[in-house]
Amino acid sequence: MPTKPDTESAARPDPSPGAGSGQRNDVLMEVEDLQVHFGMRGGALARISGRGGGAVKAVDGVNLTLRRGEVLGLVGESGSGKTTLGRTLLGLNRATGGSIRYGGQDLTELSERRLRPLRRRLQMVFQDPHASLNPSMDIRTAVGHPLRIHRLVADDEEYEAKVAHALERVGLTPAERYLSKFPSDLSGGQKQRAVLARAIIAEPELLVADEPISMLDMSVRAKILQLMLDLKRDLDLTYVYVTHDLASAKFFCDTIAIMYLGRIVEQGPAEQVFNEPRHPYTKALLAAIPEPDPNRSVPRNLPRGEVPDAAKPPLGCSFHPRCAAALPHCGWERRDLRALLERRWLDLAPDEYARERALIGNLDALAEPGPTRVLVTPGRGHSAADVLAYFRRLREEASETEPREPFWGGVTTMSEDGGQVVVEFVEARDPRLLPVVDSVSVACHLYAAPGA
Amino acid sequence: MATTSAPSTAAAATGAPEPVLAVQDLRVWYGTERGPVRAVDGVTFEVRPGETLGLVGESGCGKSTLGRGVLGLTPAGTALDGVVDFKGTNLVGLSPKHLQKLRGPELGLIFQEPMTRLNPLMKISEHFEEALRTHEKGLSRQQRRERALDALRGMGIPPSRYHAYPHEFSGGMRQRIMIALALVLRPAFVVADEPTTALDVLVEAQIIKILADLRKNFDTALVLITHNLGIVAEACDRVAVMYAGHIVEQGDAREVFANPQHPYTRELLRSTISLSTTGLHYIPGSPPDLVRPPTGCRFHPRCPVAMRGCAEHEPPEVVLGSGVRTACWHQALEADPSLGEELGQGGRDALAAVKEISVADEA
Repeated sequence: MPTKPDTESAARPDPSPGAGSGQRNDVLMEVEDLQVHFGMRGGALARISGRGGGAVKAVDGVNLTLRRGEVLGLVGESGSGKTTLGRTLLGLNRATGGSIRYGGQDLTELSERRLRPLRRRLQMVFQDPHASLNPSMDIRTAVGHPLRIHRLVADDEEYEAKVAHALERVGLTPAERYLSKFPSDLSGGQKQRAVLARAIIAEPELLVADEPISMLDMSVRAKILQLMLDLKRDLDLTYVYVTHDLASAKFFCDTIAIMYLGRIVEQGPAEQVFNEPRHPYTKALLAAIPEPDPNRSVPRNLPRGEVPDAAKPPLGCSFHPRCAAALPHCGWERRDLRALLERRWLDLAPDEYARERALIGNLDALAEPGPTRVLVTPGRGHSAADVLAYFRRLREEASETEPREPFWGGVTTMSEDGGQVVVEFVEARDPRLLPVVDSVSVACHLYAAPGA
Repeated sequence: MATTSAPSTAAAATGAPEPVLAVQDLRVWYGTERGPVRAVDGVTFEVRPGETLGLVGESGCGKSTLGRGVLGLTPAGTALDGVVDFKGTNLVGLSPKHLQKLRGPELGLIFQEPMTRLNPLMKISEHFEEALRTHEKGLSRQQRRERALDALRGMGIPPSRYHAYPHEFSGGMRQRIMIALALVLRPAFVVADEPTTALDVLVEAQIIKILADLRKNFDTALVLITHNLGIVAEACDRVAVMYAGHIVEQGDAREVFANPQHPYTRELLRSTISLSTTGLHYIPGSPPDLVRPPTGCRFHPRCPVAMRGCAEHEPPEVVLGSGVRTACWHQALEADPSLGEELGQGGRDALAAVKEISVADEA
């Protein structure tokens, strides 16, 4: 994407925001400028370089510091890259750039064979407990599997004892009752307990839990969260909690990273992020949660649209097409012009819509990402002057209505050229994740350093 | 359900429109090898035009079965009993052919998974054409198009996308198309079964707004099935809380959330993890096996305030001053202390038997 980086902050931000007070030895894992790009169609070269055939930037330059004993929440909607990031921390996805420092090694450089022994200390809990247990393996075999893989037991007796102990740890007591059962005999909550037993049996220090409660019935969710808190306290675990559920993240996490389309947009201590959300996306997410409180209601001015296609992310700040507070240099482009027209046409009477629709000849061409200059072809029987007048009228009308339409701020000039209308946009700038107050970092031009 | 002094449909305040749908003592039983599963066991409620009723409860309480049962969409081998009075016609026992005619123009259903309910080989326009051609034969081509575009516009789908295929839309847009497709025939009664479960936070909020606006803009009566109490508070006028095949509490949504009466409603609200959660709370155990449901009040094995009598006698439904109807002995005794005799000697003692419920019984 030909986006100019934010020049005044070209220096890489401090990878560990608020690290001033922390001693180095309480850092468990340090992630620096991590990238996970998935190549799409195209030649082998294009895939390796992550260019050419196109790449989904599932994780695009993430910096994180994971401290011992903390619960880090990776929060975002679908397509935000939170799951990919969580998996990459354990080496389950290959990073295409950046580093993950853990125990004096860089996980991104290790071969699968060298990673295996480390996985004893780094475990994962998946979202769907029904799918993460082998249906033809009884609980004894499934929960004890890590012991066999890592050769942690000398004989069957020790194996039995360790499995029974792990089951009792997670509340499946008496263990004998569950040892010979198969996953199909267990309820959803019991399965997730068995999955947790399997995750802790090899005595890990980090657990990446990917939506561990979202597939469970709501009456069980609180129980599993409580169990995870107990395990953390008793076994000195560190958690990475991947979720789209802000309410449970608020309760469960110490630090939060809000992700949008592969990037962290806001990061900091959970309490501060929830009490004073700064990024417009975080604010919107928090306002959109329906609460059972009859005196609180979801506001009407929700961000429009949905999470964009990660293969064709918006220019500049990925959130700008949905952001009510967007600035001129947030990355306006031709797709936003199309979205603006389509939004306007929603409110028009059918004949009015047909008239305005006929003005634009190449609406579908506006659906592709493109540079900051776009040519609009007039529809059949219309001249460029008609289209230009139409756009000017829209801008005029927009300047008089509230709430302000941020799109027009991003348009520098509109002119006629060779039978087409040329619309030029302000050059996009990528917001960088920068510390705003002591330990909270935000990637948003609204919080750019003064004098920018 | 044993009803005592409860004045049955006294809620019909003067001037209120006639209910579109009145369900009386509906039972939906599934046949299994172990005996009938009483998924819905004697449920009574009604919905008026333009009203949204939220149906909440844990999984396995019979919410979805109730929604399907009302529309006659139960699988083969299901026994249906009771009255589903839709505009004067009893839908229970109606011939499948007759029911099929009502579905679409009169009765609608919005599904949980918008991804799988649209035909990937048909354009959006063809979906609408088909629905309108089948059910509204009198319309001209132009009129059909206008009706479809109108419905889509109401859901925020631009007319320029009318001839696109389902895969060209995002999940939230597809769900909005599904809602438009259900509403384009202007049904009088719609069931929406977990319509936002598969959607993102912000998109879910958009859909909730659309559903909340329905009651203002259309005369459609809506039953919204969800496990998310926040959605009910946001989009529903009234709420019915289901437990083990029964409605244990129903009434004005604001009133029920502000002053939950039934212990199950209270526990459900307490165990919801919300932004204001500061401590974890949960209901021990899980909903009962509906082949052999507990005697007396079905919630008594999990109820923190159960009395001895609760384990033996089914609580009567009482209508409280606020219009809320609830089936709990505590409210019943408050309304009519003479009922205490029914509970027998020592029936009001706390049920010490709310024994330790272990993980073995967990959902």
